[in-house]
Amino acid sequence: MPKNPALIFLAAFLVNNILLIRYIGLCPFFGVSTSLNTAFGMSAAVMFVMILAAWVTWFIFHIVLVPLNLIFLRTATFILVIAALVQFVEMFLKKSYRALYSAMGIYLPLITTNCAILAVTFLNIDYRHNLLQATIFALGTGLGFALVIILFSAIRERLDYAPITRSFRGYPIAFIAASLVSLAFLGFIGLFGLSL
Amino acid sequence: MIQLRQMNKKSSRLKYLTNGIILENPTLILMIGLCPTLATSITVRDGLGMAAAASFVIIGSNVVASLLRRLIPATVRIPIFIIIISTFVTLVDYILQAYEPGLYQVLGVFVPLIVVNCIVLGRVEAFAYKHNVLDSMLDGMGKSLGFTLVLFVMGTIREVLGSGTFWGRPVTPAWFRQYPILLMILPPGAFILIGILKALLNKLMKPGS
Repeated sequence: MPKNPALIFLAAFLVNNILLIRYIGLCPFFGVSTSLNTAFGMSAAVMFVMILAAWVTWFIFHIVLVPLNLIFLRTATFILVIAALVQFVEMFLKKSYRALYSAMGIYLPLITTNCAILAVTFLNIDYRHNLLQATIFALGTGLGFALVIILFSAIRERLDYAPITRSFRGYPIAFIAASLVSLAFLGFIGLFGLSL
Repeated sequence: MIQLRQMNKKSSRLKYLTNGIILENPTLILMIGLCPTLATSITVRDGLGMAAAASFVIIGSNVVASLLRRLIPATVRIPIFIIIISTFVTLVDYILQAYEPGLYQVLGVFVPLIVVNCIVLGRVEAFAYKHNVLDSMLDGMGKSLGFTLVLFVMGTIREVLGSGTFWGRPVTPAWFRQYPILLMILPPGAFILIGILKALLNKLMKPGS
């Protein structure tokens, strides 16, 4: 894996796009990409929580779990920490930033079981990222998620009006559209020497 | 009368097991647990490895949650379920690392990610919390079988078309193995295949369409 922050960003954003190349976070991808508005709200919430979660779990892993030899607890710790973090963020936004809360509030509880967030925290450990690299990686992944989900919601709004055979309507045609977008993203392989 | 009721009960028991295979198939009907299905079905072996790991977690956490269901207060049930599930995920994580290091490398981040697989939490919350241990175990087995079936079918199609092999053994002519349909083992192939499978299932379940 690249060590240079700029390359980490590009790899996470385009080349190893979390939705289309790594296939992580597909449930919200197909669930909320039905309209442009929900796609914006969901991706804002995901980007925000992803960076926060990357910071919090990085500190917990390196300051608490490693010195105490409790690495085997990382799955349980991370998911509980993320769940608690999402609750706090939701309460904070509700109290202090009503406009932001009304834009992405309803998506926050869904994020607790969003595998994209948890995957980023695990990958940060697998790739031995330092704090800066972890932040850049989370930012790139979050932006990649937003890019794809927003692009794809535009496609799905068009799909609603397209004449499609009845058995292909809904999910099947969405999968096939995702396949074509994913094919396009495969074209980024080799960009600045980055591989899958 | 009593006999009839017992028979009814028996057939409903059996339904818990069989429902998950086609009618309530977690991947193709309920559309949950998509990420591991697409990511690990590149070969049959990887797909079944993933299915085995997930089945262990689904059945194990269903049984434990059902055993403890009278002790778990409703208000904090979700965090407790998550702890139960992550216990089983940690077990699988370390068992695979010790006995199947090759498979563990391939599955990578998808092993710890079983903890957020909606099938597991969904079954614990919707079924095991309200039913007894035996029923919960049958339900877990049914859902696991459905998940395994989809992974097996997708893994077979993708491995045969994408690399010309089945379980690592060549099954197609040599010329095909030299120029296989590479797309099938890449991400777009997985999306197309699950789209076609879903459309086929739609057609079979609603014959008029």
